Amino acid sequence: MASSIPNEPLIPEDDSLAFSQKTKAAEFFTSLLHSWTGLLGVAIIFILLFLSIFGHWIAPYDPVKTELTAKLLPPLTDGHLLGTDHLGRDLLSRIILGARISVIIGLSTVLIAGLIGTVIGIISGFFRGWIDIVLMRLVDVQLSFPFILLVLIINAVLGAGLKNIIISLAIGGWVIFARVIRSEVLALREKDFIQAAVATGVSRFEILIKHIVPNLFTPMIILASLQISSFIIAEASVSFLGFGVQPPTPAWGNMLSEGKDFIFSAWWLITFPGLAIIITALGINLFGDWLRDTLDPKIKGK
Amino acid sequence: MLDFIVKRFFQGILVVFLVLTAVFFLMRLSGDPTTLFLPQDASREQIEAFQHQMGLDRPLYVQYGEFMGNAVQGDFGESLRTQQDALQSVLDRLPATFQLAAAALILALVIAIPLGVLSAYYRNSIFDRVAVGLTVIGQAIPTFWMGLLLIFLFAAQLKILPSGGAGTPIHMILPMLTLAFYSTARFTRFTRSAMLDVLQQDFIRTAKASGTPTFPLIMKYALKNSLIPIITLVALDLGELLGGAVITEIVFSWPGVGRLIEQALMTRDFPVVLAGVFIIALIYTVINFLADVIYAYVNPQIRVK
Repeated sequence: MASSIPNEPLIPEDDSLAFSQKTKAAEFFTSLLHSWTGLLGVAIIFILLFLSIFGHWIAPYDPVKTELTAKLLPPLTDGHLLGTDHLGRDLLSRIILGARISVIIGLSTVLIAGLIGTVIGIISGFFRGWIDIVLMRLVDVQLSFPFILLVLIINAVLGAGLKNIIISLAIGGWVIFARVIRSEVLALREKDFIQAAVATGVSRFEILIKHIVPNLFTPMIILASLQISSFIIAEASVSFLGFGVQPPTPAWGNMLSEGKDFIFSAWWLITFPGLAIIITALGINLFGDWLRDTLDPKIKGK
Repeated sequence: MLDFIVKRFFQGILVVFLVLTAVFFLMRLSGDPTTLFLPQDASREQIEAFQHQMGLDRPLYVQYGEFMGNAVQGDFGESLRTQQDALQSVLDRLPATFQLAAAALILALVIAIPLGVLSAYYRNSIFDRVAVGLTVIGQAIPTFWMGLLLIFLFAAQLKILPSGGAGTPIHMILPMLTLAFYSTARFTRFTRSAMLDVLQQDFIRTAKASGTPTFPLIMKYALKNSLIPIITLVALDLGELLGGAVITEIVFSWPGVGRLIEQALMTRDFPVVLAGVFIIALIYTVINFLADVIYAYVNPQIRVK
């Protein structure tokens, strides 16, 4: 779900890059070791990436193989650690394979939405004028509508499937990037070093590429890391409602959708895929929070 | 101030207009409703008669022009499924959505504000850490899963509450809790953060040093001064609540606007989807407008811009 959109720049100012890259990297790493929440986030992200790459080899069973003689087995029976679903498919294997869908969706959506939003934010903030007005009105239009409902409608229009849910989420999600990056650019424009560059006759294009864009890297990374989990949750919600990723592809959202019909008899079908989503979102959020606190100490602890 | 309000007002109208335009074209892009409404073996004449009756055989811009002309007068056509007036069928569902959202909002505020205040006042205490931990976890839990969990606990296991539907106040308990949960986590964070800002200021230190007891200190000086950012953030977050309401309504078969839109999407009932989108965008815009006005009222800097 779209989090509240900060109107102020995420990064206050950073034109005092006094110490070298190397010390910065070391400092970055030490700060991670000192934050158990950040470490937990990183650990969860690593496990998630590991499962999404090697899931096929780790999963104890074929995640889509139905076995009607073994349906709705509770956890810890007949070698099914988390039990089986209504078609006798191994739940653990399906959850492991589901990680891949979530990772693919989270990463590709944030990449597409982030790229579109950043480009639009830069154009809007750097060139100002009528193009800024038009683009920001467009952003307003989108923000005048609940993110999840927008994704639902776009997805209903485009049709179900992995590719379409990514497109829907990206169309729904680029606005936040555009807004934040625009305000970053606006703030940067007023900075002394940019003004100095303007005064010494550096071309507009060079200012944009050499001085503005590199300084947008940090806010982008922070925002992206905080948005991934909301994209993953939105995909799960949309798939749960019967749009999005369709069965038999194991995605956590559609597993819950199938499981809800057995809520009165098979608790494990709604419990474990849900926990998978929560742990994933939590891990990414913890990492994102840590990243923000480290890169932008001004807003620490809020 | 009046200039600001007038400007914002017209911006709001423009936004609703653009939202409608976008959704109109989106829906038309998705294909022809004819195939869904007529039997598979419908003859060519039947299809053409249906398209003609619905006006689907005319150029897109004519359809758009007519749609907008009618929409301005509150006429979104009839539901393709029930033949009822589309806008009316959305308006009929509105009280249920408002009821659910209002109940959840009040519940969330009643829990979140005291929690956030105490959490900020006793910063870094065990209480604060637990509260912060809960808000972090709370924000990672998808609304629909919270709904499933509550259905599982109270309907499937304890069998004391219905798993869905509406009619009695009892039916509202689970949807309300589900919807309030996410907002509670967010509002607690807002409150804590706003309180921390105020508590660090000089006048609080002065009040403390001059021996003001804790309770009046919090209520009279700290909370009162942090209410402004809290109200603004909560108002801006109401859209999030509305989105959550859509999901909650679907999970609990709650007869509100969200569930109506979802059902209309499933059956490609365009007029109802458009009327529903119009109403949601309108509510959202009004809320944002009010939030802006409140914000401008308390923060003169915004007005000047």
